Amino acid sequence: MGATKRRVPAVDGWFKIDSEAPALIGSRCKTCGTFAFPRQTFSCANPTCDGDEFEEVELSRRGKVWSYTDARYQPPPPYVAADPYEPFAIAAVELPAEKMVVMGQVVPGVGVNDLSVGDEVELVVDTLYEDEDHEYLVWKWRPVMEAVRGETLDA
Amino acid sequence: MPDRETKVAVLGTGMHPWGKWGRNFVEYGLVAARAALEDANLLWKDIQFVSGADTIRNGYPGFVSGATFAQALGWSGAKVVSCYAACASGAAAIANARAQILAGLCDVALVVGADTTPKGFFAPVGGERRDDPDWLRFHLLGATNPTYFALYARRRIELFGATPGDFAAVKVKNSRHGVANPNARYRKEVSAEEVLGSPVVADPLHLLEICATSDGGAALVLSSMDFARSHGENNPVTISGVSTVTPRFPQTVIEMPNFATDSAAAAGDLNGAGFKKSIALAAYEEAGIGPEDVDVAEVYDLSTALELDWYEDIGLCKEGEAERLIRDGDTSVGGRIPVNPSGGLSCFGEAIPAQAIAQVCELVWQVRGQATGRQVEGARVGVSANQGLFGHGSSVVVTR
Repeated sequence: MGATKRRVPAVDGWFKIDSEAPALIGSRCKTCGTFAFPRQTFSCANPTCDGDEFEEVELSRRGKVWSYTDARYQPPPPYVAADPYEPFAIAAVELPAEKMVVMGQVVPGVGVNDLSVGDEVELVVDTLYEDEDHEYLVWKWRPVMEAVRGETLDA
Repeated sequence: MPDRETKVAVLGTGMHPWGKWGRNFVEYGLVAARAALEDANLLWKDIQFVSGADTIRNGYPGFVSGATFAQALGWSGAKVVSCYAACASGAAAIANARAQILAGLCDVALVVGADTTPKGFFAPVGGERRDDPDWLRFHLLGATNPTYFALYARRRIELFGATPGDFAAVKVKNSRHGVANPNARYRKEVSAEEVLGSPVVADPLHLLEICATSDGGAALVLSSMDFARSHGENNPVTISGVSTVTPRFPQTVIEMPNFATDSAAAAGDLNGAGFKKSIALAAYEEAGIGPEDVDVAEVYDLSTALELDWYEDIGLCKEGEAERLIRDGDTSVGGRIPVNPSGGLSCFGEAIPAQAIAQVCELVWQVRGQATGRQVEGARVGVSANQGLFGHGSSVVVTR
């Protein structure tokens, strides 16, 4: 279905589309080393740091689920929902090296009953919504064992 | 204690009942303001300063709410300010008025907040705003406010063994309190079965566990202690502490409307955990009291589970003990430390700029002994707690 459509990110510069190794693009303060997502461009979040130079960095691709939930009711615009609406799970994931938590939708087919706090997940890039000509992409979290779970779910 | 005066008197309280009335927010603010003036036994022309809490969903008049209410009451030449701090707007408006009074710049002030809300989830303000995280979290994640409430609820389950029954018990308690409150929108007791039988909105939270969006208005008349005495109030109810603190870095709990927390990777000794804990603490410090002195609390129960978080954050119990409080009935009217005797957001729904003011109205009625049907016996000290998105703490200590 998406074969003829152009795949474009739903937001510019927040993540790298790479089928092998997609990654969130954050920043690292050149003065104190504090990470940020989305990336900082003009001030460091650390109040003891006056750094104003940042390098773009790819954030850890794997992390552990800090908490999770789902969206049983269709979110209001500007969310672009499929018709009919398909509920989805959302996870807040702790990244080890960055010591921060990043939210993301969980890939389709994985629900709250498939998730636990502490589970290892990895970053993927997946369709957020589509129009006639484009597939709009976003980052999502996928349980590291999802291949196995996917089979159970499809069965 | 500093030797200068740190208290302001609460001379009047007023509210327009919460509901889904569908009228102009200015009407609600006006009704509340007039009720507060009458309660204070003052006239509008006596007010020297008007402090408005803004609504961002009702166009320009909402952005300049102080002037909007002043005009609706009839231009009087009073000084004015309008302020926005999301859910904490009411506390910010109180803080503004209090500062004017304590600085000696005015003797008596009117604080007003009112809102008219759309149905359903709060959505970001209209327009395509790709540099606004509040717009982007809806667009990129479909993350509504209940998404965040549910993430916190799941943490309580995971860390402290909270059960769906514990969360439902909060709703059951608040619904019982709200029955007696003429300003509450929902005045019907609900059972745990009804709560847990309502549709799941954001797992593990059900529809009846998430606060609605409401129309309503609330107002206060505040004055200097000297003015209160000259007005015949020798022992008025006072506001003895107001907190409008921001978080500290690194904030490691995910907060609306953010995509990520701060990074603690290079934070060294800095510890920003516990923003919510810092909110009431700052108000206690100003008031020169501690949580053990509190007789009654009004906390922001955007969800049932969030009310449990507040028990710990305002110091009613240690972390992980909130479930025991609700199970033992400690936070019911008649219990050891009643929370949300008004019925809370659970019975009101949220009228954003009015809500933090409404919390204070309830505390004033409680310490005056006027909270008919929901009175906390002998209440002398009350505390409110609330948090506005983008990092606004809000807590007020009310003392008799």
